[in-house]
Amino acid sequence: MSPLYIARSKSVAARMVGGEMMIMSARDSTLFDLNDTASAIWRAADGATPLHEIVKRVLCAEFDVAPEAALQDTEEFVKELAGHGILLVSEEPISREAK
Amino acid sequence: MSLMAEMGQRAMDLGVPLSVHIDITYRCNERCVHCYLDHDDHGEMTTAEIKKLLGELAEAGVFLLTLSGGEIMVRKDFFEILEYARELMFVVKLKTNAILIGPREADRIREIGVDGIQVSIYSHRPEIHDAVTKVPGSLKRSLDAIRILKSTGLNVSISNVLMKDSAQDYQGVRALAAEMGVHSALDPMITPMMDGDRSPLQLNVSATALKEVFRDPAFAADIKEMGDSPTEMDYVPCSAGHSACYVSPYGDLYPCVSFPLPSGNVRKQRFIDIWNHSEQLNEVRSIRIKDLPNCSACGNVSTCSRCPGLAYMEGNMRGPSTQDCEKSYARTGIESVNLHNKKAAAASGLVQIRGLGGNSTLVNIKSSTLMAEIASA
Repeated sequence: MSPLYIARSKSVAARMVGGEMMIMSARDSTLFDLNDTASAIWRAADGATPLHEIVKRVLCAEFDVAPEAALQDTEEFVKELAGHGILLVSEEPISREAK
Repeated sequence: MSLMAEMGQRAMDLGVPLSVHIDITYRCNERCVHCYLDHDDHGEMTTAEIKKLLGELAEAGVFLLTLSGGEIMVRKDFFEILEYARELMFVVKLKTNAILIGPREADRIREIGVDGIQVSIYSHRPEIHDAVTKVPGSLKRSLDAIRILKSTGLNVSISNVLMKDSAQDYQGVRALAAEMGVHSALDPMITPMMDGDRSPLQLNVSATALKEVFRDPAFAADIKEMGDSPTEMDYVPCSAGHSACYVSPYGDLYPCVSFPLPSGNVRKQRFIDIWNHSEQLNEVRSIRIKDLPNCSACGNVSTCSRCPGLAYMEGNMRGPSTQDCEKSYARTGIESVNLHNKKAAAASGLVQIRGLGGNSTLVNIKSSTLMAEIASA
């Protein structure tokens, strides 16, 4: 199975407000409040690092969780955010221009 | 509570500057009769200064950014500013008369991405709207632009400012908005000039007309929005200075666009230093509803939309805002303490001073004869 790559969409608005990452979808102005883990994944979404590497670095390093289970949860999460246009997901690295 | 409301409350609790309104210019291509601005350029911030400010705002945690004016589109660097704001990931709202927006500009705005565009419309009748803006053909141009913006998928809304000579057209504006598929909101607030000149207030809608508008069932939602204030006395009056502020084209920082209390200048100090240390902002932050001498005892306090900025412009930021008292009266039919006192003073020719005994006793001093009498309220 090909690795997934994720990149932050440049069409969203995002800010840490009082310690919480707030993201607004440009598509429908839906507001999202990311927890610490999701926020760390969002920040690591550079389009170049494979998702499994991000999971290993962000989740497995901090939590006692098996890499496979963590990757499965994260894939669901990133697909949900992709559905709102907040993250781009691809089986190829995502260039800066594409974001 | 919605996530947006939760975020707003968290920002209020933590003193985070969540929302900033910047007027990037006071220059304008319309000359609206009720406008509170001097349209001459007295040294606006340069592109570089505005970009520097935007960087400081992002660093300070500002999320919601309103770009307004004057007319934003008269600045040649408008798109450069907007692009930079979006690079910094602000939620951007624009306020414009839109008469300089055609298909090319609309496409560019859509491409850059904004959360909303608000366009002021004063009447559905050209002769009324154009008389307000003093620009012939301006209604048609604004409406054409709204349709173009809407067709690109942008979120467009109409702000319908109620004035003496146009208030009767509010239903026409509402119908026009519905036909174009955009939201329309009533704005009954005419404010004094920034320099304190109160002459624009003569354009305020009459009490009778305001009452008619406020009691129109079609506007129930709008009315709730305008009067949905907290009832608890420890609450702060509004977000001005607490989680929101305003910056003029000259870099002057105020608690709100309607609250011209000079609190610092971003050309001389970093934004966050003004936000954290301004004596004026700290004074605004110290006010609680229970501290307001007239309003805390008023029967309308739970539904009043008292604007501390209007109170400040009336002479005391802790005092009542008579304009809001009039709106409360139009909504509820119950006179505020302030209106009651004003009316009683006018009727009797007495100057009233509230006695130490609280609400029940008034010491009335007849100004002409210096005779004092005690009266029960």
